[in-house]
Amino acid sequence: MRPLGQRMQKLRHDPAPSRWSYRMQRLMLTPIFRKLLRVGLPFALSFGAASLYLNQPEVRDSLITRIAEIRETIEERPEFMVNLLAVEGASDEVASEIREIFPVALPASSFDFDLDELRITIEDLPAVASAAVRLRQGGVLELAITERQPAALLRTRAGLSVIDVEGVTIAQAQSLSDYPELPLLTGEGAEASVAEAQAIEAAAGPLAPRILGLVRMGARRWDVVLDGEQRILLPEAAPVRALERVIVLNETNDMLERDIAVVDMRLAERPAIRMRERAVEAWWQVRNSVAGVKDQ
Amino acid sequence: MIELYETQRAMRNMRKAAMQRGVVAVLDVGTSKIACLVLRFDGSPRLDAEGIGSMAGQAGFRVIGAATTRSRGVRFGEISAMQETERAIRTAVQAAQKMANIRVDHIIACFSGAGPRSYGLAGSVDLEGNVVTEQDISRVLSACDVPDYGDGREVLHAQPVNFALDHRSGLIDPRGQLGQTLATDMHMLTVDAAAVQNLAHCVKRCDLELAGVASSAYMAGVSSLVEDEQELGAACIDLGGGTAGISIFIKKHMIYADSVRMGGDHVTSDISKGLSVPTATAERIKTFYGGVVATGMDDREMIEIGGDTGDYEHDRRRVSRAELIGIMRPRVEEILEEVRARLDAAGFEHLPSQQIVLTGGGSQIPGLDGLASRILGQQVRLGRPLRVHGLPQAATGAGFASAVGLCLFAANPQDEWWDFDLPVDRYPARSLKRAVKWFKDNW
Repeated sequence: MRPLGQRMQKLRHDPAPSRWSYRMQRLMLTPIFRKLLRVGLPFALSFGAASLYLNQPEVRDSLITRIAEIRETIEERPEFMVNLLAVEGASDEVASEIREIFPVALPASSFDFDLDELRITIEDLPAVASAAVRLRQGGVLELAITERQPAALLRTRAGLSVIDVEGVTIAQAQSLSDYPELPLLTGEGAEASVAEAQAIEAAAGPLAPRILGLVRMGARRWDVVLDGEQRILLPEAAPVRALERVIVLNETNDMLERDIAVVDMRLAERPAIRMRERAVEAWWQVRNSVAGVKDQ
Repeated sequence: MIELYETQRAMRNMRKAAMQRGVVAVLDVGTSKIACLVLRFDGSPRLDAEGIGSMAGQAGFRVIGAATTRSRGVRFGEISAMQETERAIRTAVQAAQKMANIRVDHIIACFSGAGPRSYGLAGSVDLEGNVVTEQDISRVLSACDVPDYGDGREVLHAQPVNFALDHRSGLIDPRGQLGQTLATDMHMLTVDAAAVQNLAHCVKRCDLELAGVASSAYMAGVSSLVEDEQELGAACIDLGGGTAGISIFIKKHMIYADSVRMGGDHVTSDISKGLSVPTATAERIKTFYGGVVATGMDDREMIEIGGDTGDYEHDRRRVSRAELIGIMRPRVEEILEEVRARLDAAGFEHLPSQQIVLTGGGSQIPGLDGLASRILGQQVRLGRPLRVHGLPQAATGAGFASAVGLCLFAANPQDEWWDFDLPVDRYPARSLKRAVKWFKDNW
């Protein structure tokens, strides 16, 4: 008799996989699929979750605020603060002008400075030729300024201005007596050739006290205006040489002491002078009396 | 013939692709079990140690997965229930893949049944030049007059086994030699086309590509015969579950294959009928206590055969081992007699050496070698398959002869007729196809 508890002994069921489980297993054994599952799926999941979370505007705002706060706390650490502005190589007016236009209120974090932009801003000042900006240890912002040197006074219709050797206007002048040592220039295009004017001025020598100023004629050559309404017309090329010839003539013949209005040196091989009208009449009178012509 | 040529070529190309990928599976579809081995071709170097031979065909690959499963739906080595067989193949392949931890896409299969029939073909051509070229070999192979092997049959193997140049015979590779007339002998094996198609369909249903089909008798011979036996002439008897495969080798070529449609399953069913026990019990009794030579001791050794009826007398039956042997022996004798008849029909007695090697699961019956030597002749031995790299211990038995043979076949296939290019004059629509082929070859 068979015991009641004993089950019918069965043949072991063959473990044949179903078609789909077989395919699934084959799929899992495919290397690229496994790599995709191991790398691609976690990546896609985390990316999707993160983008879903960040899709809410308030989350994004709070995140941005938080980042900004952290950034601020770092920037405002005392190591990064700039407390002092040191301006070197500038006169007091220029320095005060720089402080006036300085864009950031000190103390400020050094992260707030764009040194390049700062440099360009300062160099835009008319009195500044070039500027070097650097942050020094101890929270000092150092500005090394090279100022423009006044070279001449320029009189235009707008008024009197101080210019440097490049013709850039440095400041406005109230009167000639403010800058007695600077030569006075005027005329069209005078600011473009200040260096030439300086050379002429330097070559003036004994004539220097008599020179009132230089006039640029037709934006190509200089006239030297002397007191006593005398004028020396200098040529376009080699004006200094021409002026020296005038000086030599003056010393030998006392030319400028005579009644002459204009010394025309424009053509080097044919210097000319123009006498005043009164002198011409006098000259005619003398000649007529010598020739015996009766005065009519 | 052209279609056959094309399909076999396609399978060869598939095999090449599999070798390129480095992984191929071999599948032995037997009547009692289905074995699947996964091979990796890693080009492992040949062993150059002292005392190791050329390792013909055993180097260069490694078995990385092995699985067997009880076969279902296969009778006499042929598929009789497609769904069942497909499931069994799936089981074996899945387990082997799991062990190998790699996905397999290409499979080389062998089966034992389907009524293999051998034909010897001869052909000869006059050479175009003085020297034998590859093209001449293609021509002489095409010149073999193919016998009418009947409708619904398919050529499984067609191997050139011998070349003769003028009066010199026994050439293995006549290329480059001088002569006038080239002749060849070809061995062609045909099987039922339906069996091959069924197998192909099952494999396809498992999402696998069939990269080759072989006869299981041939594969057993490849793995079980040692080199000199293959060279001098030997027969391999693969005693399987449903069939007994016979393959005769000489000069390292198979020259004959056949199968007897009787095997271990018939012994089991005899036991089942004779002792009136279920088949599973009969199989267990056969494997544990079976034998073919009875001694006095066997009369006293009683075997519990059991039962499940609830009748005490019936469930406590015992038989002596001598009785069991008395049931088994006539059937084994019958199988061997039939094998003998086939060998005689094939003219086995004319071979210089008449070594017979018994392999397959049935060869493990104790005392079989003694019985076989009385029926088949004196030179009988039991064979086990060659050892190959990585083969698990469980798969080294005689029952795995054809699976191991398939491994060797996959690694070093025999030249078949379709490995040679078709002769030029056989191309249909000649010029255009050749132009297309030229373009394909060069771009």
